[in-house]
Amino acid sequence: MSLAGETNASAQAGANSVNWLRLLPWGLAVVLLAILPFVFGSGAGLTVLNQMAITIIFALAYNMLLGQGGMLSFGHAVYMGLGGFFCVHLMNRVEFDGLWLPLPLLPLFGGLFGLLFAVIVGSFSTRRAGTVFAMISLGVGELIAACSIIIVAFFGGEEGVSADRTMGPALLGIDFSSQKEVYYLSACWLLISAAAMYLYSRTPVGRMANAVRDNEERAEFLGYSQRKVRFMSFCASGFFAGIAGALFAINFEILTEENLNLATSGSVLLITFLGGVGFFVGPIIGAIVFTLLQTVLSLFTEIWQLYLGILFVMTVMFFPFGLTGLIAIHFRPYQLGKLGTLIIPYALIAGPALGFALGSACVMEILFHARHAALGDETMTLLGVSFNSHSPAPLLLAVAVAGLSVWALRKLLPAFKDAWDEANHAGDAS
Amino acid sequence: MSLVLVNLLDGLVTGLLLFMLCSGLTLIFSMMGVLNFAHASFFMLGAYFAYQISTYVGFWPGLLIAPVVVGVAGALVERYGLRRVHKHGHVPELIFTFGLALLIEEVVQFFWGKSQMAFEEPEILKFAAFSIAGNAFPAYKVFMIFVAVGIFLALLYILTKTRVGMIIQAALSYPETVQNLGHNVPLVFMGVFGVGTALAGLAGVMAGPVLGTFPGMAVVLGSIVFVTIVVGGLGSLWGALAASLLIGWLQTFAASYNVTMKDVLTSVGLSEPADLATSALRDLWTLTLPQIGPILPYLLMVLVLAFRPQGLFGKRET
Repeated sequence: MSLAGETNASAQAGANSVNWLRLLPWGLAVVLLAILPFVFGSGAGLTVLNQMAITIIFALAYNMLLGQGGMLSFGHAVYMGLGGFFCVHLMNRVEFDGLWLPLPLLPLFGGLFGLLFAVIVGSFSTRRAGTVFAMISLGVGELIAACSIIIVAFFGGEEGVSADRTMGPALLGIDFSSQKEVYYLSACWLLISAAAMYLYSRTPVGRMANAVRDNEERAEFLGYSQRKVRFMSFCASGFFAGIAGALFAINFEILTEENLNLATSGSVLLITFLGGVGFFVGPIIGAIVFTLLQTVLSLFTEIWQLYLGILFVMTVMFFPFGLTGLIAIHFRPYQLGKLGTLIIPYALIAGPALGFALGSACVMEILFHARHAALGDETMTLLGVSFNSHSPAPLLLAVAVAGLSVWALRKLLPAFKDAWDEANHAGDAS
Repeated sequence: MSLVLVNLLDGLVTGLLLFMLCSGLTLIFSMMGVLNFAHASFFMLGAYFAYQISTYVGFWPGLLIAPVVVGVAGALVERYGLRRVHKHGHVPELIFTFGLALLIEEVVQFFWGKSQMAFEEPEILKFAAFSIAGNAFPAYKVFMIFVAVGIFLALLYILTKTRVGMIIQAALSYPETVQNLGHNVPLVFMGVFGVGTALAGLAGVMAGPVLGTFPGMAVVLGSIVFVTIVVGGLGSLWGALAASLLIGWLQTFAASYNVTMKDVLTSVGLSEPADLATSALRDLWTLTLPQIGPILPYLLMVLVLAFRPQGLFGKRET
C-alpha cells in the first residue's frame, strides 16, 4: 500500500518536473529570438534571420502533413504562396483604399486565405493518402503555378505583385520600415505559430492524425473517418503555411510565380526531411541548417545545390530520420551513462570521414572548374591553394585523399560499430 | 482542313513521345507500387548521353547505346537505392526518387552546364518527308512515329505472348506466389525498372533534337507525364496510350488555334465591360486558347480525379 503510494507520488513529481522541462525549451527560444538581432545585427544577418523564421513556420506546417499525418505533398508552396499573394493585395488596399489594417495582424489573414484554399483542395485531395495524395498535390500545385502566369490581375504575371508594408496605421509608433522591426514581428509570429502547432499535435485531432498515418484501417475501426482526420490536418497545415506566406510578403514585399512552383514545394520537403520528420523540432533544425547551408555554401562554391542533392539522397537512404534522428539515437547511450565511451571512436573516424568529404568535394570542384571555367582561365583556388585545374596532379591528389579515407574508414568502421553497440547495451560488457 | 491534318500529325508525335515515357512509368508503378519521380530525369539523361556519344561517333550509335546506358543506370538505382529504401514504405520511396530527380538535374548541370546542347537530328533525316498545304512535315518526325509504334507493338507482344511477359504479369498481382514458384522476383523488378528507364532514355534520345537538350527538359515533361498516367488510369498500358494521345492532341490543337475568350464571351451575348483595363475580370476577357494550352492537362487531371477517380482505363480507384 505504502509502496503504491510512493510510486504514485514519485510519478506525480516526475510529471511535474517534466512539465517544467517541457516549458524550458520554449523559454530558451524566447530569449534566443530576443537577443539574436543584437548578435547578428547587420543587414545581411537580419535578412538571413527573417528568412529562417519564415522557413521554420513553413517547414513546421509542412511537417503537420508529412510527419504527423503521413501525407507527402509536392505542392505545398501553393498555400504559402496564395496566402502571400493575398497579403500583398491587402497591403495595397491599405495603401491605396485606406483600409484600416495594422500590419502585425496581416499574417492572420494570410493564414485564413491559406486555410480557405486548403479547404477547397483538401475536400477532394485527402480522400486517400500515400502516392495518390502526392500526385494530386503535384497536379494542383502545377495547375496553380501555371495559372499564375495567365491570371495577371491576381498574380501579376511574370513580374509578380509588390506592395509597401510601411503604409499601414502605425501602432505604438512602429511603421516597420526597418529590418529589425520586421524581424521582431516574424519572431513573434514564429513563436505563436510554433506553439500553436505544438499544442495542435497534442490535441485528440493531432493524435488521431498520427493514428491514421500509422494504420488507417484500425483508426476506421475505432470509429474515426480517416478522410476527415486527414482533411483537418490538411486545413491546419494550409493555415500555417498561409501565415508563412504573409510573413514572406511582409519581409520581401513582392511575390512571384516562384513562390508557387514545384521548386519551392520541393525545397520544403527537402528541408523537413533533412531535419527529421519524426520529431517536432526536426523541421526547425532542418530550416536553420538549410538556410545556413544556402547562404554559406553559395558564397564558396557554385555547385552547392549538387552537394545539397547528394546530402538529401544520402539522408533518405541511410538516415531516414534526419538530423534530429541522428541526435536522438545518442539519447540511449546518454541515459546509460555511456556517451563518454563514444568520444574516442568518434574522434578516430572523424579524420577519415572529413578526409573523404573534403577529398571528394575537391574532385568535384576541380572537375567543375576544368569543364566550365572561362577559356584560358586555368587557375583555381581551393582551401587557400592556387593551382592549375587542367593539370592532372591536383586531381590525382584529391582522388588519392578520398580513396585513402575510404580505405581507412573501412578499417575503422567495425571497431566503431562494436563501440556503438556496447554504448547502447545496458550493463558491463565483460 | 489541312491545318487539322498537320496538327493531328504533330499531336501524334507528341503523344507517342509521351507514351514512351508513360509506358515505362506505369509498368514500374503497377509492379512495385512506386511512382518513379525521376522518370523524366532518365529521359533527360538519355538525351545528354546520346548527345555526348553523337559528338564522337554520330547519331545512330547513340540511339542504340544511350538507352542501354540509361537502362543500366536505372537498374543500378533500383538495386542499390530503391531496394534499400523499399523497407521503409512507399512514401520514403517517393521521396527518394524525388531526391534522385533533383540530383540528376544537378549532375547534368555539373557535366554539361546550363545552356542548351547542339544536339541535332541526323543529316540523313533532315528533309521534308511530305508537305500538307505548304507545311513541310520533317522526315525525323515520321521516324519518331515509326519507332514509337514499333516499341508499343514490341511491348505488347512481350507482355502478352512471351514467357517473360507472363512472369511479369503474374508478379504484378501475386509477387509472393511467383516467388514461391521459384522465380527471382527482385530480379524481375530490377529488370522492369531497367527496361522502363531505358524506354525513357530512348524517348529522350529521340526528343533531344526536337524539344532541345537542356537541364530543364525533365521538369518540363515530368509533371505532364504524371498527369498522363493519372488520366489514363494508374497501371493501365492502354490507358497510358489513350491519355498520351489525348494530351498530345490537346496541347497541339490548343497551341495553334487562336480562339480568344473575347469572341466566346461576346458570342454568348455578354458585352465587353467599358473599364476593361482596371476591371478585376480583365484576364477573363483577354485570355486566348494558346495561353490556356499549358494548363489544360492539369485541368483535365483535376476533372478526371473529381468524376472518374480510377482514370480513363484504370480498374482500381486512385
